[in-house]
Amino acid sequence: MMKRRTLLAASSAALAAPALPARAQGKTKITFWYGLGGALGEEVVRVCRNFNAAQNEAEIEPVFKGSYVETLTSSIAAWRAGQAPHMVQMFEVGTGSMLAAGPAMKQTWQLSQETGVKIDPSVYIPGVRGYYSLPDGRLASMPFNSSTAMMWINKDAFQRAGLDPAKPPTTWQGVVEAARAIKARNAAPIPMTTAWPTWVHFEQYGAMHNLPFATKGNGFDGLDTELRINAPAYAKHLQRLLDMGKEGLFRWGGRDNAAEPLFVSGEAAIQFTSSAGRAAIARDAKFNWAMAMLPTDPEVNPNPINSVIGGASIWTMTAPNRTMAEYRAVANFFAYISQPAVDAEWHQRTGYVPVTTAAYELSKTQGFYEKTPGTDLPILQLSRGQLSENSRGFRLGRMVELRNIIQEEMERALQGQQTAQAALDSAVQRGNRVLREFERTARG
Amino acid sequence: MERRTIFSGWALPAALVLPQLLLTFFFFLWPAGQALFYSLQRQDAFGIRTEFVGLENFSELFADPLYVETIWRTIIFCALVAFISMALALLLAVFADREIRGRGVYRTLLIWPYAIAPAVAAVLWLLLVHPQIGLISGMLNAMGIAWDYKLNSAQAFTVVVLVSAWKQVSYNFIFFLAGLQSIPKSVMEAARMDGAKGWRQFRTIVFPLLAPTTFFLIVVNMVYAAFDTFGTIEALTRGGPGKATETLVVKVYRDGIVNLDLGSSSAQSVVLMLGVIALTAVQFRYLGRRRDS
Repeated sequence: MMKRRTLLAASSAALAAPALPARAQGKTKITFWYGLGGALGEEVVRVCRNFNAAQNEAEIEPVFKGSYVETLTSSIAAWRAGQAPHMVQMFEVGTGSMLAAGPAMKQTWQLSQETGVKIDPSVYIPGVRGYYSLPDGRLASMPFNSSTAMMWINKDAFQRAGLDPAKPPTTWQGVVEAARAIKARNAAPIPMTTAWPTWVHFEQYGAMHNLPFATKGNGFDGLDTELRINAPAYAKHLQRLLDMGKEGLFRWGGRDNAAEPLFVSGEAAIQFTSSAGRAAIARDAKFNWAMAMLPTDPEVNPNPINSVIGGASIWTMTAPNRTMAEYRAVANFFAYISQPAVDAEWHQRTGYVPVTTAAYELSKTQGFYEKTPGTDLPILQLSRGQLSENSRGFRLGRMVELRNIIQEEMERALQGQQTAQAALDSAVQRGNRVLREFERTARG
Repeated sequence: MERRTIFSGWALPAALVLPQLLLTFFFFLWPAGQALFYSLQRQDAFGIRTEFVGLENFSELFADPLYVETIWRTIIFCALVAFISMALALLLAVFADREIRGRGVYRTLLIWPYAIAPAVAAVLWLLLVHPQIGLISGMLNAMGIAWDYKLNSAQAFTVVVLVSAWKQVSYNFIFFLAGLQSIPKSVMEAARMDGAKGWRQFRTIVFPLLAPTTFFLIVVNMVYAAFDTFGTIEALTRGGPGKATETLVVKVYRDGIVNLDLGSSSAQSVVLMLGVIALTAVQFRYLGRRRDS
């Protein structure tokens, strides 16, 4: 059955450099497909080059495959054609789908066992480890680039608006007031915008306020899960965004990360996006900026807990004729990127959080957080309070589709075509249909 | 009066048609067969678990009110694109057919947009209509129109219709121009002697004589609007805001490539295939009838 090559597979295999089990000059060559462009992509290539220079058994060839979604599609097509890369970088919301992919993946614990290369789950930060582990604590994929959503402010615009740039708002009420001040003083064309609307305003919002995003512990405890994002707290928050839109305080910048350029260009004074936005903002922003924790709603939960990680992990893929030497090279790479020095350097150059506790400690002793104040905020936000079943992550199948459904309903609500509650009811109804479909395919 | 070559054996004729048959097999029958096969299955993204589900993918599709909405949206979209691009092309062709200075230059310039890839055309227009940096949006905002096609369904739909129509004007222009040039001069002169001029001449003589061209173009433009506009729409709006610019082919891509639901995506392809077969059948019948008469 695996021989059946689909049109998709055939076309992608023709485009992709086939991951041949080649052994040139005695080195084991392995391929790594990644999905980060721009400044972050350059850092991925750097890590691979450093690995190649640090040892002489294996050589990694990093290949940029477009966005995370495109990377996922290409690797599925390649696997079906028997040409999967050795490693693929997969975003965190793809975890549910990857776990259902059975024989296509060699999970990290299995890789460690077969190759004898020690990969100890306990070195990773709990919030990171939990997301990528099986219920019994064995690692399914390899933690790599983890971030969390943060609030970003244009300090110059805050100054112009008569606000204290050193004290960014910590509550949503405070954000609304700051946005009003920015609009009143005309301190920036757009008071507030947001990237990743679903991730920030539903997934993170739910986790931090300890509200379920979906039943069954956000999908960790079973495939028969249902969305819960039409609960009153979510509807109230969406209604606030709608009201801010009407008042000219909030500008919809598009789906996924489409809104990011609005902040970098200096147009938007407040935005929400990944902590990993730092590499690009530091490079391109021509104004003073700061990163702050996500605002919360004290009336929903006076003691907000941790936010959830985003970003991606690395999955080991299988292919016919793949040798143990190749798997060992993959395992060695995993061990390499888990070294405190390597992880700390990655963290400090990108804005991703360290995935190991040791790298966090190392960055502290190196004085990184004193030199660049605020860079430890994502870590503090990720480790705030007591981890709950609502804040450990998401294990929902076809989560990309769920995110798009929510974004579509938000777009319709922002145009005044429906109320916040109607939008979320509709998103839940449509989303549950997708979850049922996934449940049926995953059970087979 | 037909001239036919009579082959003595079957080997040579078979060899002559073989390349065409192979092309048809590999580029049509095989993928179409795959689509049909997958439309009857439920399968996970990796193809590990496959289950035969009969026509369930189809019944789920048509039970979904959003899919039915998308069908209607696609029909309206195709009709608008075909009408606007053909009307503009006909107008331009009528003017370019006149005896004017620099006729060749006009004609060449009008054919240019046809050489641009859909995605490139979309990016060009994106720079014009972008809510923040667009040239046209700047003017519209100055005129007091709050322009933000990323969050206004009507504006988004207008943009994708106009860009898709613009892209097809050149193609229609070439056919209309050729059609106009094939109208016998004697007919036009006779009309003029009978006193038909301007609009009346166009309505009663030129337009009816262009009917075969027009009909051919309607079919071609409908197929273009239904299929070849994918690049334009995906680059401009990705089907949003909401589902305002999601046509059938955009949905096939979204469900198949992004959402990795091969069964439903294949079922949608089969529905689209039936649509094209119907359009082609109409065209063949009509053309066949004309030849008979």
